[in-house]
Amino acid sequence: MASVTLEKLNKVFGHTHIIKDVDLEIGNGEFVVFVGPSGCGKSTLLRLIAGLESITDGELKIAGDVVNDLPPRERGVGMVFQSYALYPHMTVYENMAFGLKLAKTAKETVEQRVMATARILQLEELLERKPKALSGGQRQRVAMGRAMAREPRILLFDEPLSNLDASLRVQMRNEIARLHHRLGSTMVYVTHDQVEAMTLADKIVVLRDGRVEQVGSPQTLYQQPATRFVAGFIGSPTMNFMPAELLSSDSEGCRITAQGLGELALPQNAGGESTGADLTLGVRPEHLRLAEAQGDNAFEIVNVEYLGNEVYVYLEPKAGDTLLIHRSEAPSRWEIGQRVALVPELEHVHLFDAADRALGLAGQRQAA
Amino acid sequence: MNPYQLMKLAKRVGLYALIAVVLVYAVFPFYYAVITSLKPSSELFRVDFWLSSVDLGNYVQIFTQKSFVRAIFNSIVISLSVVAIALLLGITASYALGRVRFRGRTTVMLTILGVSMFPQVAVLSGLFEVIRTLNLYNNPGGLILSYTIFTLPFTVWVLTTFMRQLPMELEEAAIMDGATPWVTITRVFLPLMWPAMATTGLLAFIAAWNEFLFALTFTLTDDQRTVPVAIALISGGSQHELPWGPIMAASVTVTVPLVVLVMIFQRRIVSGLTAGAVKG
Repeated sequence: MASVTLEKLNKVFGHTHIIKDVDLEIGNGEFVVFVGPSGCGKSTLLRLIAGLESITDGELKIAGDVVNDLPPRERGVGMVFQSYALYPHMTVYENMAFGLKLAKTAKETVEQRVMATARILQLEELLERKPKALSGGQRQRVAMGRAMAREPRILLFDEPLSNLDASLRVQMRNEIARLHHRLGSTMVYVTHDQVEAMTLADKIVVLRDGRVEQVGSPQTLYQQPATRFVAGFIGSPTMNFMPAELLSSDSEGCRITAQGLGELALPQNAGGESTGADLTLGVRPEHLRLAEAQGDNAFEIVNVEYLGNEVYVYLEPKAGDTLLIHRSEAPSRWEIGQRVALVPELEHVHLFDAADRALGLAGQRQAA
Repeated sequence: MNPYQLMKLAKRVGLYALIAVVLVYAVFPFYYAVITSLKPSSELFRVDFWLSSVDLGNYVQIFTQKSFVRAIFNSIVISLSVVAIALLLGITASYALGRVRFRGRTTVMLTILGVSMFPQVAVLSGLFEVIRTLNLYNNPGGLILSYTIFTLPFTVWVLTTFMRQLPMELEEAAIMDGATPWVTITRVFLPLMWPAMATTGLLAFIAAWNEFLFALTFTLTDDQRTVPVAIALISGGSQHELPWGPIMAASVTVTVPLVVLVMIFQRRIVSGLTAGAVKG
């Protein structure tokens, strides 16, 4: 167990700048998830920590010591790969014991550690099997066992669940979460799936184009996204965005007009913006209410999805626009083809400026 | 029988007829050699397609010749050495060429391929000088050296292709487990590369086993000869008589080990040779 500190970390491949000035503090025993769209550099960042890629610039510290030039085996990190990468010719036991044997651990200690790890991961029955005789979930557990057997200070996961089917993924996600509670070890986890990020993380790091977009707890990211990108990335179905225009602002908040919604008085501080500025209004699907159409402010319902416990209603502001989503508990009285009015819950809406930064609430300092 | 069934039957008959033709074409020379080797010399020039009686006189004759037995021994030592050296160098080279990123990797690969394009005769005199300088003339070492030169390009190419197909994450997992490149090669990659190694090893063995030109040029005395040369130098009672019986017996004797080896490894050869095409 150890903390990890990234200071102005940079990685350049040839002419491509993959990781740009990443600063990050990972606390002892914390579960940190790197999330972002493909190509955002999240896997590269993990590989920099693992030592599989060299650091172009900046400092990486583990437990306070700079480890930039240490090979992976001396960093005390274990890694679980996306494809598991189990050694096909070795049994489960040999797979888990390989690293310990290479470290010239005494034979009894090797056995003790492998058995202890196998017990935690419920692999005791499978120790004599080869990887090809295991199911996907079992392989996944062996891959975790191999990384854990050497008792690394930090466990790294590179999209470990993306090769599993949906139900197994939920189950393994649960097991990883329980494992973290039980071991209390520092874990860094990479995923492109925001649900995994939300459910597992103590701290989520949203990456975009090699930069840290926002760091925070799942709750912070959901409730106070710092940018439009984070707002759109976290949460499913995604947040609705609507173009808006600033009418006026004062110390209490601001007044805007958004197409189809009319004039709204919002609690956000728009003091830095000039009247008439282009803003973006963001409303999560569950923070919209539908009402009978009145006048011009009507949206057409183009699709209704029934999911059992809840209903998604898709609305079209006007032909060709991005659809808006409304989420409510089932049953729903709305039908395709109806025209309805939209009423956002004003205390829950988000407002973004022209540079896609979130505007803070009036009376607070503006969020970065 | 309706026309459709007739067509199907005709097609099937045609297919088997074609297979028979190919089989006869490929196997007949070898078959005739076996037959000839089992005939006494008096019946040698009577054309028979079937064997009426078995006469092992030719085999007795070649195996009582000390130089022939010695030649078989030489061939085994040389061929096995070539296979061992070629595989060792091939595996390590393929790791470098398949896994390590360095400037000029493609150039090295193309150079290796280029070397194998020269006909043997072209390098014969140069190689002769090399062997003389290294003091390997009339010595198994000279043949091992020259065969390895011609075997390595193929070995390196096939093994490199195979090595590239092993997942990158496997090597990274080994690195995370604290493996050095040598440990990764010997304990992670080697066990996975047996099909490719069986293929290349066998082909290297066959090439070394059957090679004639270098073996003739770089050896002088009977006790250093390899089998192909020994067979060519089997002489009859007079200079006007070619002793076909013993020659055939010797040829069959040295071909049998190859056939057995191919039979043993045939599955691996197929999986090794197609490894480049689909998936490892």
